[in-house]
Amino acid sequence: MRHIISLLMENEAGALSRVAGLFSARGYNIESLTVAPTEDATLSRMTIVTVGSEDVIEQIIKQLNKLIDVVKVLDLTEGSHIERELMLVKVRAAGKEREELKRMADIFRGRIIDVADLTYTIELTGTGTKLDAFLEAIDQSVILETVRTGASGIGRGDRILKV
Amino acid sequence: MELTGAEIVTRCLAEEGVEFVFGYPGGAVLNIYDEIFKQSKFKHVLVRHEQAAVHAADAFARASGKVGVALVTSGPGATNAITGIATAYMDSIPVVILSGQVPTAAIGLDAFQEVDAVGITRPCVKHNFLVKDVRELASTIKKAFHIAATGRPGPVLVDIPKDVTYHKTEFAYPDTVSMRSYNPVLKGHSGQIRKAAQMLLEARRPMIYTGGGVVLGNASEQITELAKLLHYPVTNTLMGLGGYPATDRQFLGMLGMHGTYEANMAMQHCDVLLAVGARFDDRVIGNPAHFAREQRRIIHVDVDPSSISKRVKVDVPIVGDVQQVLDELLKLLKASKEKPDEAALNTWWTQIELWRSRNCLKYNRESEIIKPQYVVEKLWEVTRGDAFVTSDVGQHQMWAAQFYKFDKPRRWLNSGGLGTMGVGLPYAMGAQLAHPESTVACITGESSIQMCIQELSTCKQYRMPVKIVNLNNRYMGMVRQWQEFFYGSRYAESYMDSLPDFVKLAEAYGHVGMRIEKTADVEAALKEAFSPAMKERLVFMDFITDQTENVFPMVEGGKGLSEMILAEEL
Repeated sequence: MRHIISLLMENEAGALSRVAGLFSARGYNIESLTVAPTEDATLSRMTIVTVGSEDVIEQIIKQLNKLIDVVKVLDLTEGSHIERELMLVKVRAAGKEREELKRMADIFRGRIIDVADLTYTIELTGTGTKLDAFLEAIDQSVILETVRTGASGIGRGDRILKV
Repeated sequence: MELTGAEIVTRCLAEEGVEFVFGYPGGAVLNIYDEIFKQSKFKHVLVRHEQAAVHAADAFARASGKVGVALVTSGPGATNAITGIATAYMDSIPVVILSGQVPTAAIGLDAFQEVDAVGITRPCVKHNFLVKDVRELASTIKKAFHIAATGRPGPVLVDIPKDVTYHKTEFAYPDTVSMRSYNPVLKGHSGQIRKAAQMLLEARRPMIYTGGGVVLGNASEQITELAKLLHYPVTNTLMGLGGYPATDRQFLGMLGMHGTYEANMAMQHCDVLLAVGARFDDRVIGNPAHFAREQRRIIHVDVDPSSISKRVKVDVPIVGDVQQVLDELLKLLKASKEKPDEAALNTWWTQIELWRSRNCLKYNRESEIIKPQYVVEKLWEVTRGDAFVTSDVGQHQMWAAQFYKFDKPRRWLNSGGLGTMGVGLPYAMGAQLAHPESTVACITGESSIQMCIQELSTCKQYRMPVKIVNLNNRYMGMVRQWQEFFYGSRYAESYMDSLPDFVKLAEAYGHVGMRIEKTADVEAALKEAFSPAMKERLVFMDFITDQTENVFPMVEGGKGLSEMILAEEL
């Protein structure tokens, strides 16, 4: 099953490699991994999307907790949560295509953030499946480049991951 | 007053009460060595290869219960130390490794003797640090010792660039460490402990299975008291030997791949299993699916939550310091009005005695060719079971574990997890320094001993009167055994050709060498080696043993624990 694991870790050099190394050394899957400092500059927050049986997920969480730099770990998928991913898509947009792409971006609540003579760059946020749906909805041949951040997640309501 | 980083290193080690630093100098650590030269708080032991520095520090920790310390230079110094670090990591041994690093400005520029020590060691340390600022040096070393020794212990590396060792700052060694991200659980959950007590009292076919955690967690007394109180059978893992007195009748011997018939059968067929400081690894329970076929309830006590329910599902997990948990468990058991079902326990013991009567460790005692088991048995007799015994890896390691009966913890030093050939001699060095007045024997084989043979020189320099028991069968015995069983006796590259004359080799290093070729001479040779006349000498006993002897019982890889091959079945 797919799990979204959020963790807070000391914002120190090498901390990311400890997490990445743990996953590769123990053969755990990483679907995506995002990391950035939090409002407290000494802490980084990481969101890892992984797939595994309940036993494997239990081990992943235990092993993450064992890393000295990791302060807190939460399996977001255990409760209600919100998941978002950011995607930037550069598409070929010339002539008639320009109108159509603008319309599709609007439908998916995307924004065109760069306009050039022959291209648009569209910004889109949502769950991974929504972003996939957008890519499927537009003409495949116009896609020039895509870049995605991987999922970030946060618990709903009172579910707070904080030190 | 401001001190240099190098001075800070030696002051920190002194503050930690370090007695020995095992190391090897080199460019990046010259400032530190200069400070070592000037101080007298701790001794430096110069090894002949960095691998041995970490092994010896690791052994010092195993034998003494303190944190071992190794010091190596950058680049090859650090890479040579890796095997030692990984060995300590797999067996959860508290060691602090200080490694030199090229100056901060040169890091990443492929400087001479540069290696990313933090990156290379990351998967085989409990934690590691790169100290980029001398102001963080003292607090980092404090943290390193704290992390190494607490929770589930393990090696911690501190990488120190050369410029940090000559930069200056005010020195203050912190008294305590507080880390928001590291707070190991020590006290077990009392509700879970109550459940465990109840479950133990309900057992009809109980079994106590303990590992290295009982030895490292100093809980031998507690486990012995508990087993005695309930009159339950006990088995130890390879790492756990000495955790329960091996000469006691309730002890069933080691379990696992080369465990005794009675221990493995009792483990498989018990109805309540108390597992303490052990991790159900592949060499212990064999195939987990086969192990799960029999219904049993499992109580698992361990300081590391990730060891629980990793390979085997347990019913009552208890995370905590094993000594504290067992103390609490004992209190409950003593206060309880309920007692174990005596009739059921008697039936269980009758069954166990029946298994024991298979006498699974029997071997041909009439043989004129020296049987390796006989040498270990005689060693036990001659040393009255009171030696610190180290081993290397292979057949001799298993015979040592099966035939030397350890009654006390921290007497048996071997590489259980990583299975590192070459540890035997440096382990003996560390044990000897930890217990200078005690007898230290290294049970090894002609293949293993050659992996760190250079340390005979270190033994000479520091007058370490280690007694080496070389079970020389001219084969990598365990490899040969597997090839005999599973590869149609095609002995690919397992034959040790062109062996040195070990007697002359020992003599060349200034030690005493002996060659023993007949069973009849074994006891006399051992008596001589362990006589007062040899008290100050390293003695290398080269026993020419039976080439075809195999280790039994044996659980083949992937098989179930109760599917053992016994000696008479072949």
